[in-house]
Amino acid sequence: MAEKGKQKIPRQAMPEQDPKVRAHNFDEVPYGYDEKLAQLEAQRCMQCKKPQCVKGCPVEVEIPQFIKFIVEGDFAAAARQLKNKNSLPAVCGRVCPQENQCESTCILGKKAEPVAIGRLERFAADYERNHNLVTIPEMAPATGKRVAVVGSGPASLTLAGDLIKKGHEVIIYEALHKPGGVLVYGIPEFRLPKAIVAAEVDYLQKMGVKIETDVVVGKTVTIDELLEDHDAVFLGVGAGLPLFLNLPGENLCGIYSANEYLTRSNLMKAYKFPEYDTPIALGKNVAVIGAGNVAMDSARTALRLGAETVKIVYRRSRAEMPARAEEVHHAEEEGVQFELLTNPVRFIGNEDGWVTGMECIRMELGEPDESGRRRPIPIEGSNFTLDCDTVIVALGTRANPLIPNTTPDLKLNRRGYIEADPETGKTSKEGVYAGGDIVTGSATVILAMGAGRKAANAIHEYLMSK
Amino acid sequence: MYKIVDKKVMAEGTVCQLEVEAARVARKAKPGQFIVLRVDEKGERIPLTMAKQDLEKGTITIIFQVVGKTTAHLGTLEPGDSLADVIGPLGMPTHIKKYDGPVICVGGGTGVAVLYPITRGYKEAGNEVIGIIGARTKDLLILEEEMKGVTDDLRVTTDDGSYGHHGFVTDVLKQILEERKDVKMVVGIGPVPMMKFVCKTTEPFNVPTTVSLNPIMVDATGMCGACRVTVGGKTRFVCVDGPEFDGHQVDFDELTKRLRMYVEEEKKSYELFKQKHA
Ligand SMILES: Cc1cc2nc3c(=O)[nH]c(=O)nc-3n(C[C@H](O)[C@H](O)[C@H](O)COP(=O)(O)OP(=O)(O)OC[C@H]3O[C@@H](n4cnc5c(N)ncnc54)[C@H](O)[C@@H]3O)c2cc1C
Ligand SMILES: Cc1cc2nc3c(=O)[nH]c(=O)nc-3n(C[C@H](O)[C@H](O)[C@H](O)COP(=O)(O)OP(=O)(O)OC[C@H]3O[C@@H](n4cnc5c(N)ncnc54)[C@H](O)[C@@H]3O)c2cc1C
Ligand code: SF4
Ligand code: FES
Repeated sequence: MAEKGKQKIPRQAMPEQDPKVRAHNFDEVPYGYDEKLAQLEAQRCMQCKKPQCVKGCPVEVEIPQFIKFIVEGDFAAAARQLKNKNSLPAVCGRVCPQENQCESTCILGKKAEPVAIGRLERFAADYERNHNLVTIPEMAPATGKRVAVVGSGPASLTLAGDLIKKGHEVIIYEALHKPGGVLVYGIPEFRLPKAIVAAEVDYLQKMGVKIETDVVVGKTVTIDELLEDHDAVFLGVGAGLPLFLNLPGENLCGIYSANEYLTRSNLMKAYKFPEYDTPIALGKNVAVIGAGNVAMDSARTALRLGAETVKIVYRRSRAEMPARAEEVHHAEEEGVQFELLTNPVRFIGNEDGWVTGMECIRMELGEPDESGRRRPIPIEGSNFTLDCDTVIVALGTRANPLIPNTTPDLKLNRRGYIEADPETGKTSKEGVYAGGDIVTGSATVILAMGAGRKAANAIHEYLMSK
Repeated sequence: MYKIVDKKVMAEGTVCQLEVEAARVARKAKPGQFIVLRVDEKGERIPLTMAKQDLEKGTITIIFQVVGKTTAHLGTLEPGDSLADVIGPLGMPTHIKKYDGPVICVGGGTGVAVLYPITRGYKEAGNEVIGIIGARTKDLLILEEEMKGVTDDLRVTTDDGSYGHHGFVTDVLKQILEERKDVKMVVGIGPVPMMKFVCKTTEPFNVPTTVSLNPIMVDATGMCGACRVTVGGKTRFVCVDGPEFDGHQVDFDELTKRLRMYVEEEKKSYELFKQKHA
């Protein structure tokens, strides 16, 4: 097609479930492109000589190259190209904030809409998986070195894949009963089907990665004990500790951390109670405090569990909401309401100890604070009660001190995260590397994967020089 | 999978003891710590205290009361069957030391199972240990012999007077506290109301009192906050900060309410289970 014709093709939307229907089921929201749509969208790419999109990608995926394979109809080759740089494209195609990454720098975005790189990524990866075209790559000869990988989130999965290919023995130790980290316990089924995560984990196991679940490092075994029979240790344990508001009444029944709410629903499958044993409160009127991705996931889960009203309560305004625009849009379409410039001051309960409401105060925006965002200031006398029988606190997370408590020579930063060299993941302790949320604080899947890759290279070098 | 190697049924089938292969956990277990288990793929994660561990066999022993779906399901398992998951050891071990006066270990109901390894710990540390254990009636009393083996003086109470002292453990506790002014420590473990009354009993005597709390848990690694309780006006996570706390500081009423959060669902789940296994 001539360049001119290409530019006339509009950005292709991804077909998705009707909002009214999907607000009541846990099936994935978008259906994904079919082959025709994918090729149409792929043709929009200008195949730039100096692709700007690649600069926007934290792991520098070879974007024009993989898109070219889609244009040519060799979808499996597109997936292989993606995997050169990104070992979890089916995951990233779904959860990456492309609008701030590759798609924000795509040249087409200057005049019209950028190429839908994320949707194409998702298409190629799904095609490969659904057509059983995934092949086990060539493995380097065994080196006889053993690496312990603690945690099984995206940082660890990426690192494990890289190191096993280089010929090292890799054993993942995961505290929970299922591997995948936030991908299985946090992000809901309707955004990231668990079968996809399971397929990725299965692939690693086929390559020879061993996974031992039910191992809480710091409790079941310490880092020093791991170092006795492993040549190196990688810590990819995420930032799993929930933050609460510390307001009166916060321990009333019906008040959850987002971590608990999502873990019950996703990991324990409480949305299938009583087929699965773990229960979850089926609130009629649900308030979610916070406005990040985790808050949106919680709100949309509450809707699917049958809530009549779900309100996002956020102390700043719409412009400051940290969630991805797409998530906010999806939530709104499904019927989630927004109480902006509103902050809770205390929780109110009945004699059974169940929450019945939340006293809130209205806020206004003042001068910008350290974060550059305008500081919310309470409007005196504006207090009101918001009726609710379930509250989900989604204010972010901190580092879990379980490992540092039994590893005194592991240096932490002021905020309790592990200190590690951003280029290598090297920590203060010989042979111990770290990456992902436990180093940076809550970030993104792709950044955790990038950290896993860098640490894998550094560990490889360390092992081979030992 | 974690294989069950031995089973004992006690207290007229209401309490059950299982010995389970979990070498990694056994190696690290200390008095006061617990495990989380899941019976099968669709099961809930529930916390249970380790009553014993056997390093050579690589096993741990749990003793539980049948109160709902998961414990009932556990009770139907036999040696040779397996559990999907056993995770631990979790929680902080009991801070055991030698006191220059007696330690009283008070247990009610299945709480005696949780109390037993702690009592043993105090005894092994060279303390004079007085035990008080109670049950509703004689046939529901558990671990009497075991407790006798790790105490210098064991008192038994039953609510109905069918065995030992007729009355509550707190009656006997109060009597001992009045007689012996040198009691240095009381450990009270059992149903929430019992622990509350143990603390009420010791308060006027100014004797430090430790209780072991049993809130609902999910991950039991500090990740979810399901297990939060108020101690001394502050929120604590029982799975990582506990399970033992200064009983005089605990908000027992809040704990009681939080334990009732899912009564409806629990009932439904248990009914369905009973129908299936009728
Ligand atoms: C609800 C939710 C939605 C999100 N949505 C998005 C999104 O749309 N896009 C995006 O890019 N990012 C999103 N994120 C953020 C993203 O998921 C994380 O940044 C990323 O998962 C971090 O990866 P990680 O490898 O560092 O660790 P994690 O994914 O946090 O995994 C850590 C693993 O380590 C295990 N572990 C912890 N301690 C121990 C221990 N002591 N011993 C053994 N194992 C241990 C944990 O059980 C866990 O499985 C979301 C996060 C949440 C919570
Ligand atoms: C650290 C810790 C150690 C424990 N150790 C033991 C032990 O050694 N032996 C033992 O028998 N039990 C112990 N428990 C309690 C045990 O976990 C519960 O009895 C179990 O979870 C009930 O599960 P279920 O599905 O059978 O009953 P469910 O149907 O879930 O509950 C039935 C009833 O039991 C109560 N209950 C529910 N969850 C709990 C809970 N976590 N703790 C107490 N009561 C609960 C509620 O009142 C509920 O209505 C411990 C709890 C904790 C937190
Ligand atoms: S910047 Fe946009 S148009 Fe250019 S190669 Fe990348 S995706 Fe294609
Ligand atoms: S059980 Fe989840 S934090 Fe304690």
